[in-house]
Amino acid sequence: MVKATDTANPEYFHRVVDCQYACPAHTPVPEYIRLIAAGRYTDAYMINWESNVFPGILGRTCDRPCEPACRRGRLDQEPVAICRLKRVAADMKESVKARLPQPVQEKNGKRVALVGAGPASLTVARDLLPLGYAIDIYDEQPAGGGFMRSQIPSFRLPEEVLDEEVGYILDLGAVTHFNQRVNSLKGLLAEQYDAVFIGSGAPQGRDLQLPGRAEADANIHLGINWLASVAFGHTESIGKRVIVLGGGNTAMDCCRTALRMGADEVKVVVRSPRPEMKASPWEIEDAEREGVPMLQNHVPLEFVLEEGRLVGMRFDRVRPVYADDGRRTLVSLGEPPVLIECDDVCVAIGQDTAFPWIERDIGIEFDQHDRPIVDKASFQSSLGNVFFGGDAAFGPENIITAVAHGHQAAVSIDLLLRGQDVNLRPPPGTNLISQKMGLQEWTYDSAVAMDERYRVPHRDVAESLHNRKLEVELGFEAASAFREAQRCLNCDVQTVFTETKCIECDACIDICPTDCLTFTPKAETEKELRQVTRVPARNLEQPLYVSDDLPTGRLMVKDEDVCLHCGLCAERCPTAAWDMQKFLYHVTKAGEARAEEAV
Amino acid sequence: MSYLKPGFSHPHHQQNNLGLYRKDYEGALSTLCAGCGHDSVSAAIVQACFEADVEPHRVAKLSGIGCSSKTPNYFLNHAHGFNSVHGRMPSVATGACMANRELIYVGVSGDGDTASIGMGQFAHVARRNLNMVYLVENNGCYGLTKGQDSATTDMGSVSKAGRASPFESIDLVALALQLGATYVARGFSGDKEQLVPLIRGALAHRGFAFIDIISPCVTFNNNPGSTKGYEYVREHMQAVGQADFIPVREEVTASYEPGCSVEVALHDGSVCLNKIDPELDISDRASALRLLDSYKERGEILTGLLHVDRDSEDLHDTLETADRPLRDLSEQDLCPGQVALDSINQSCR
Repeated sequence: MVKATDTANPEYFHRVVDCQYACPAHTPVPEYIRLIAAGRYTDAYMINWESNVFPGILGRTCDRPCEPACRRGRLDQEPVAICRLKRVAADMKESVKARLPQPVQEKNGKRVALVGAGPASLTVARDLLPLGYAIDIYDEQPAGGGFMRSQIPSFRLPEEVLDEEVGYILDLGAVTHFNQRVNSLKGLLAEQYDAVFIGSGAPQGRDLQLPGRAEADANIHLGINWLASVAFGHTESIGKRVIVLGGGNTAMDCCRTALRMGADEVKVVVRSPRPEMKASPWEIEDAEREGVPMLQNHVPLEFVLEEGRLVGMRFDRVRPVYADDGRRTLVSLGEPPVLIECDDVCVAIGQDTAFPWIERDIGIEFDQHDRPIVDKASFQSSLGNVFFGGDAAFGPENIITAVAHGHQAAVSIDLLLRGQDVNLRPPPGTNLISQKMGLQEWTYDSAVAMDERYRVPHRDVAESLHNRKLEVELGFEAASAFREAQRCLNCDVQTVFTETKCIECDACIDICPTDCLTFTPKAETEKELRQVTRVPARNLEQPLYVSDDLPTGRLMVKDEDVCLHCGLCAERCPTAAWDMQKFLYHVTKAGEARAEEAV
Repeated sequence: MSYLKPGFSHPHHQQNNLGLYRKDYEGALSTLCAGCGHDSVSAAIVQACFEADVEPHRVAKLSGIGCSSKTPNYFLNHAHGFNSVHGRMPSVATGACMANRELIYVGVSGDGDTASIGMGQFAHVARRNLNMVYLVENNGCYGLTKGQDSATTDMGSVSKAGRASPFESIDLVALALQLGATYVARGFSGDKEQLVPLIRGALAHRGFAFIDIISPCVTFNNNPGSTKGYEYVREHMQAVGQADFIPVREEVTASYEPGCSVEVALHDGSVCLNKIDPELDISDRASALRLLDSYKERGEILTGLLHVDRDSEDLHDTLETADRPLRDLSEQDLCPGQVALDSINQSCR
């Protein structure tokens, strides 16, 4: 028999909040979107800051795993522009200085070293500094931010936004050792740190060894190195014709930067078919808007030189062939190679972690891919007081993942240094509270907006190509931000069912606009229940909410898939068996479980 | 309070043969009390019309006064509608039906609108066998005026006010049978599996199709002691048979035990009754009346399809009216000229 759903398990309702569930840091998205709609930008910003540390940065650059997860996407619409709403909170907030933690004067005597000053390390610093830890941050760059500074161009992320949010953390009292590369972990550990966190990213750009590579070296640039060189002002120009190899976000940043560094004709050339390009669709769109073509199914063959100088590249044109198991191979069309002329090439085909500075005899185990063995929950390495996070832990991901790692690593470091087991993770904090204000009145705007997604305005292309520091996206204005925020379906306001109150009058079934609810006899398996719902519940990613036995012996089954959270079931329920209750899921950060213990 | 339904539907919702979705048969958001049985009846009408491929613009919704009579606003908002005077819906329906025989007439009434103020009208529309669907949303009280006992409140039934009804109740099903209604059924708003096929059958029937639907008043008559509350009806209802509506184009695939199922062919489909009570002869009014009495004696509420006279002559047949709607009659039809007049005069000499 199918058992009643255990809604006391915090993960059940969490899963219903698709955006928050998909977010590596589990930022309570609907909560801050409601605040944006209410014009409470500073409050919205602080919710973000608590959860993801870099709202202004992420509001411009996040990979947005939340948006493909957004319920609107399952209702034949585009998702809510969650990422750009986050930016609204950052852009329109008042000063948050008074709301930030103050530097702790009385230290707890423990010292932690952070290697790399990227998002993972900065998150660890943010979480541990208020607890009294002494934090030393090492980075070879002249300023904090890691790859957010070196690889994300200013036209996507203005320096002042980066400086502001990195500054909030450094101002908590971190001791920075910039322009200082850590060349030996053994040496660092010898400095008597109680714990070391390694957030050194994935700094090794992949190269492409083809004929002509060595001879044309002066005009072949590794994407991430070249972007860093531009960011720090070491490179100020590039040839007129540029080929960018690779289909990821770094390639998109390279081609758009090249246009701003004086190139006239920039082409992105990828091996795979276009739909398989790794770059985010909106980044491809932005590059195309600036006139960069994407040439698909071109496998590079060689760098072509004339008189010792790079003049182009040859490519073999291919087509993708898919085997039955879905594996794709690229098969040559058998045509003569295509020559694409160019003056410079940016190679942006991937990046890797690199740990030549970690001695292999100090107790840190590495796997066959030369990656450290790191616990997925605690981020602890096989050397108990050394932790990894961000790209350094499991390979290249993104900022929000690095932040999530940082939070968990900070929890672990705090546990370890207080003599506790790092594997006993603190449970999440949850809160479930009725939103009823009166008869059929809710604290949230339950009406469902039918608006299509609003577009963020962009600066004129010609103008933005003149200055690499000029931000291309202009951000929502207050009015459009409000309308976009109203598109949020408030999935965190849960439909909570109380069997003992239900009189099975069918009112909820009749009113539900998306046919989510069904009264049905008991069934042996969930699969059977999924067949008998009013519309068969085919989306197995989405849970069924199954009640206990009702007076007639039937069950109430709700398919969570396309529930609009409109509250009509609860409004039409005569006995308040349905109630709309806001579910807050809070990832417990370092020190928070301690505060509860004290109470 | 929400006053609009969200525009979204389930992305996998089905179309009927007209290419319409169930949502296309819905109406405005109900303003009745939350949990009102009438809303379930509206939903059943929506479902039945959707399944029966009824074109919404070919339906006329008619009602009188009362909670029940508000409901035509909550379904088929692309249909015609006439919210008439208290108890006078049958007159308006008769006029409309006589004028345009091509529409489907769905009258929605309540126990007050039918069994009290409208009793006289109800009696005559039934005996004339007007081609319409007549639904009574029967909650055994006057919900709109705070729950006073109505003419269908069972003797001894206790409403929210706490006093048992001292009067004998009117059983509208028995009355309809006696008055000559040609399709008579009883349903329960809380049982759509039964109600939807009953409504489909009523839509398919030519003649006066009457369904008494017990539809609890959740505000004034859903308390212990009431015989029209959800719990009481669920406990005491007995279905005379399980009704399935089978459209003509679908092959009957279910196999029923011989002797306990009856198929009633209607002119665009059939209602198949299975597990039917052996005492009931669906074409015999008297057997239905006897069954009603015996169930009542046992304290049970008999539901389901109780009688169908499928060869019935409706009012148009009886009166030999024009076979086209009046609006389609030309001046030539209406004023056939001197020759025709002369022949009529001649016939009277």
